[in-house]
Amino acid sequence: MAAKEKVLKFIDIFGDKMQEHRQALTDMDQAIGDGDHGINMSRGMKAVAEKREELAQKNISDLLKDVGMTLVSKVGGASGPLYGTAFLKASMVVKGKEELNAQDLSDMLKALEDGVVTRGKATTGEKTILDSLVPAIEAYDRALAAQKPIKEAMQEAEKAAFEGVEYTKTIIATKGRASYLGERSIGFQDPGATSMAYLIQSIQEAL
Amino acid sequence: MKKFINEIENVEIEMFEGLSLAHPDVVTRLEDSNVFVRATKKEGKVALVSGGGSGHEPAHAGYVGTGMLDAAVPGAVYTSPTPDQVYEAIKAVDSGAGVLLIIKNYTGDVMNFEMAAELAQADGIEVASVVVNDDVAVEDSLYTTGRRGVAGTVFVHKVAGAKAEEGASLAEVKAVAEKAIANLRTMGAALKPSTVPAAGKPGFELGENEMEIGIGIHGEPGTHKEELQQADVIVDHLMEVILKDMSLDEGSELAVMINGSGATPEMELYIIFRKVYELLEKAGFKVFKTFVGDYMTSIDMAGMSITLFKVDDELKKLVSAPAKTIGFTQV
Repeated sequence: MAAKEKVLKFIDIFGDKMQEHRQALTDMDQAIGDGDHGINMSRGMKAVAEKREELAQKNISDLLKDVGMTLVSKVGGASGPLYGTAFLKASMVVKGKEELNAQDLSDMLKALEDGVVTRGKATTGEKTILDSLVPAIEAYDRALAAQKPIKEAMQEAEKAAFEGVEYTKTIIATKGRASYLGERSIGFQDPGATSMAYLIQSIQEAL
Repeated sequence: MKKFINEIENVEIEMFEGLSLAHPDVVTRLEDSNVFVRATKKEGKVALVSGGGSGHEPAHAGYVGTGMLDAAVPGAVYTSPTPDQVYEAIKAVDSGAGVLLIIKNYTGDVMNFEMAAELAQADGIEVASVVVNDDVAVEDSLYTTGRRGVAGTVFVHKVAGAKAEEGASLAEVKAVAEKAIANLRTMGAALKPSTVPAAGKPGFELGENEMEIGIGIHGEPGTHKEELQQADVIVDHLMEVILKDMSLDEGSELAVMINGSGATPEMELYIIFRKVYELLEKAGFKVFKTFVGDYMTSIDMAGMSITLFKVDDELKKLVSAPAKTIGFTQV
């Protein structure tokens, strides 16, 4: 399968996962946030799905950019700018590319991180998206360095991402709305870290 | 969930339609959008734009009009509007004197408004912003998101709006908004959570004899639960936290807002104010002006917040200046 088809497949899978886990993500957010993460992410990815034919006509960079802008304009809340900026940054590192190798994927993942950090001014350990994304990137890079194939590397990334989600249960939120709860946020998993783990999983499944 | 609604996905849009149909003399809704501007644009002045999630009515569209905002952008329920929407609002109200964004301190609001400001600045529009963070329930620290913007935001709309109406520059309007923010403190409590229509169930749970202290305005849980007390005891507690955070001297003058969260009757709000007044008087502070009512709601939450706003001569004049909006009118 050509790289573009894989990117489109990833977007389809991620969209499906956001619909599938809409309620669960919302429930998680109700526990420590304002209870709309699943609603907002599924609304955004639904808007992306409605543009599916249009996206298929574009090159990889442009279609990722379009997804980013759609998320920025349809999701709202904090997730819109965070996921939107992440996709916009990812689109920039693959500009002009029609094929993607394992290193390109690593660069894209780091661009996602860069987008989230720039927009959210957060770091790991604050109970945010980064707590699943950063360990996933580290696991992926480690696997690549160990000469593992890309699919296997992404499987390790996925595992690390979900471990990151588990880790968010043990820490206090210091960014986002959950930070208002202080110690009461301990014991709950972060919905943003969770949706990001699904994103990593979607990449893995699309490969 | 029992609400007077039709299809859940149409809640916001149908409210927008009703609002613009009800008050055509005050606000105009930009076509097919969630941007509300004044029915009559005033040229040559600094324009004020605010917004946030829906569910806080009359905030924020209810504060668009003479003496307050020039545009408001309500997003989905409890969800910040998106950058493109805020950008449209900025473009619509700018008349060359610059635009001030009044943002409540929530991660999403700050990010979306910042992106909008970047888009407008790229067009050459002068944009400044202030972030309201009046909620003393939340620990303020460099390492957290910081204090939330809650009911005190209405005072920021009021004084910045009055200042802009006088023909002040963007820097001057921003300075007075920041002065207001520095002198505003709010804390609230809730008896019953709100239900976001799309979620279909309450945002948190409270037992029959429990109340939530340090509540925000988005149905997010407060800092902790307590056993329900009589109103005077609750006021004592909230006032203690608020006053501890303010530097007041004997004779300090205060504007006071007792804000209802949507499902608390005025009867209870006045009972609250009675005690607030008593405590302030006893401490030697002067109540300059009082506002009691639903100014910044949380859909159908039963709750209230107390806002103290320390005012000097300039702020007193701006608080008292005329305003004509849906949610706040004084002559």
